[in-house]
Amino acid sequence: MSVRGNGAARERALTVSLMKRAALWRDADARARRLAHGRSDDAADATRMADDYRLLAHDLARVRTLLPDSRTREYLEAAYARAHATLHHGAWRLGSALLELFRDELPGVSAALAPHIAWSTGIFVLTVAAGYALVDRYPELIALFASPDLIASVEHGRLWTAGLLNVVPSSVLSVQILANNIVVSLIAYCAGFFFGLGTLYILGLNGLMLGAVFAFVSRHGLAGQLAAFIVPHGCVELSVMCLSGAAGAAVGEALVRPGQASRIESFRVAALSSGKLLAACAVLLVGAGLIEGFVSPDPRFPLWSRIVIGVGYWAVMLALLSGRLLPRPRGR
Amino acid sequence: MSQSAPDLTVDSVTGIDVSLAVAGPGARSYAFLIDWHIRLILAFAWFAFGALLFNGRMSLAVPATPNSRWFVLVLLPAAAIYFLYHYVLELAMHGRTPGKRAAGVHIVTRDGSAPGVGALLTRNVFRLIDCLPICYGVGLVAVAVTREHLRIGDMAAGTLLVYERAAAAPPAEFLNHATLDATGMEIVQELLARWGALDPEARVALARRVLSRYAPGEPGEAGDGTGATGEGETLRRRLERLTGA
Repeated sequence: MSVRGNGAARERALTVSLMKRAALWRDADARARRLAHGRSDDAADATRMADDYRLLAHDLARVRTLLPDSRTREYLEAAYARAHATLHHGAWRLGSALLELFRDELPGVSAALAPHIAWSTGIFVLTVAAGYALVDRYPELIALFASPDLIASVEHGRLWTAGLLNVVPSSVLSVQILANNIVVSLIAYCAGFFFGLGTLYILGLNGLMLGAVFAFVSRHGLAGQLAAFIVPHGCVELSVMCLSGAAGAAVGEALVRPGQASRIESFRVAALSSGKLLAACAVLLVGAGLIEGFVSPDPRFPLWSRIVIGVGYWAVMLALLSGRLLPRPRGR
Repeated sequence: MSQSAPDLTVDSVTGIDVSLAVAGPGARSYAFLIDWHIRLILAFAWFAFGALLFNGRMSLAVPATPNSRWFVLVLLPAAAIYFLYHYVLELAMHGRTPGKRAAGVHIVTRDGSAPGVGALLTRNVFRLIDCLPICYGVGLVAVAVTREHLRIGDMAAGTLLVYERAAAAPPAEFLNHATLDATGMEIVQELLARWGALDPEARVALARRVLSRYAPGEPGEAGDGTGATGEGETLRRRLERLTGA
């Protein structure tokens, strides 16, 4: 009886001493709220926050035992969760995050996805060849791949791109093209969710269309003009198509062959990792869109300058992906 | 809050886990609908304002031929507001949007922290799949069938939508001369906090029950002699004395 009495008295004393710390909890919670919504470079703030976190954890553990169904527990659970989120909050500096992505992470991701890039490029090249062979052999099939306006224009001996700038201003054309290309790249990546098949279809369809249109314009003696139009922007644009296809293929492979991890976990790792390549693709497509709007349809640019622009931009892309464009500082 | 929604339990270096309630399809849909209306209204407002300025009269007519000023000043910003709403606001508001705030939810990673830039971008890119075939069909099915109510974007980014914890009132100072234990203190304080909102008869009955439990032997105090109101006032003062105030 006296042991039970002592236990109850001890529990009451513990509870009372715990409840007397309410002012500390309120201070800790106020600090967590303030730091969660602002930015602080004050080391003392960080130290106090870490102390607060330990204090709240310690007291929450005692409250869970002593006052399991109380408002005090409810309050401490919320304060502790807030302190946890604040303490584990990553640094939100967009500039350094982007630099880290393009300088430090992108080369590694590109190297890791090299087999996927090789496969998606191979599939794209094969489907271009298939589209070319198909329309070269059966020209009437071009109706499956191209619009009636495009067909009529080529049949009259004129590329649909000729005089494009007389109809649409370069700025409008650029933004329309780059927005469209970025969306196609994102769809090729996301379609990897369908076990890679969506990506395969998008790559294949784009390859078939390109090959088919080339075969069709070749039959009308316009292949040189089309090549001159495509070279400035196409080197990067078509490469980006293969890169986003590779990112989608990696997502698909993670779902088809998850390995030791669960399918969702494997999908998450692949999506977050290969998604970094998509960031590079989006940036590269902005440049390609501007070239396609301002350079490609403009007849004042001679062929040599088009080749220099196209190959030069492609070299920039390779340098970016390999880490040579933004080298790491020595010692890192 | 959805009864079937599980809690996300996060291990912590302190050894005391953090528990977060996962939001279900209802809260998600509510947040999305609010956000959708906001972005639609904002995009249309920009379009209408830009079109009126561009046309120089009360007309929303679109130019018959492509026009770069129209495109850059009217169409492009309106499209950007509509399509980049989630990307920009979730980044700027650390995993929240106005709709999510209204629904009382926010995005967290599996370790309970606010998601980074990469996770938020990935989460939003996969809206392209979630919105298929119409009205977020794939996303809704995924949310309904997964245990933690995840859409495809959440699976890709490793994020979850959890409820904001309701702001529970902080415990009051526990004064040295208080005669109550902690549970009693909570009950008495809550009763006093709600005193004015309660029906006079109900609060008198509640006060009597609380006092009979926590101060059974304490003598009463003379009221002001105005019946139930006077008794209520007496009981309220006795309750306040119990808290040490």
